[in-house]
Amino acid sequence: MKFVKFLLLGIVFGIVMAKSEAISWFRIQEMFRFQAFHMYGIIGTAVTLGVLGVALIKKFKIRDFHGNPISFYPKERSVIRYLLGGTIFGLGWALSGACPGPMVVNIGYGFLTMTIVFLFAIIGTFLYGLIKEKLPH
Amino acid sequence: MLELITQTWSWWFSGAMIAGIMFFLLYFGQSFGFSSNLRTICAAAGLGKKTKFFDFKWRAQIWNLVFLVGAIIGGFIAKQFLSSGAPVPISGETISDLAKLGIAAPTSLQPDELFSLDALLSVKGFLVLSLGGLMVGFGSRYAGGCTSGHAISGLSDLQIPSLISVIGFFIGGLIMTFFILPLIF
Repeated sequence: MKFVKFLLLGIVFGIVMAKSEAISWFRIQEMFRFQAFHMYGIIGTAVTLGVLGVALIKKFKIRDFHGNPISFYPKERSVIRYLLGGTIFGLGWALSGACPGPMVVNIGYGFLTMTIVFLFAIIGTFLYGLIKEKLPH
Repeated sequence: MLELITQTWSWWFSGAMIAGIMFFLLYFGQSFGFSSNLRTICAAAGLGKKTKFFDFKWRAQIWNLVFLVGAIIGGFIAKQFLSSGAPVPISGETISDLAKLGIAAPTSLQPDELFSLDALLSVKGFLVLSLGGLMVGFGSRYAGGCTSGHAISGLSDLQIPSLISVIGFFIGGLIMTFFILPLIF
């Protein structure tokens, strides 16, 4: 039963991603060509509210429903892994028109060929795990 | 009212809903980061026996896999009950730019030139989808997050690494859009 809430949140996420059309290859192309505000509006609104909410959580030391403090862990300091990893991610995002969440939402939506994209994303993650030690971080 | 649901949801409502999902996940003691699932799936498949990166307590991440299953169901619900089937209303400029690449104006949410079964069964089409997925999977783990983990969760916490990652997302996206896509299509 403890997983039901995550299932419901996932369903809401899937519906919002599909209905905002953030799962569309066309919308991602429109974004990278700077030809509409739509995607920037979605991400910008989420981040603006996110910044405000996270600041409030920290200021008022808000706890989660278990009663534990909600804590944020600073990511390790580096430039190269974020810049290189991010660039590789961006190349794939603009090519397939989907980041990991939208991939699976597309599958539910009926674009079944996205299953191949998702399978290869898993393989990509596996490849990273294999050669991780050899990469600059 | 019905039309409000079946047409494109506004950016402000969609953005607010995404922030809401992030806060609910925080309230439930977790965090919003979708690409972690890819690593969890590798671990659940037993790859941790050979590769240290996948040797972790993946069962603690089952909640995120459940979220993933929900996302698939959400996509299904959106299509079956909340969609008019109208083509995605992108900008005219994008339509004419894509026409130059040989990609027709939208008739649904996705271009047939990439996502139809015919496209998948062509060599070029298969390479596009598989390499696209491969780079997303590799890059998200190398950068330690994807759009949800870095662009939404990380930026909300004002983390510099996330800002660098998002800059990387755009460097890669712009190179693909303006330099590589014209070579492929």
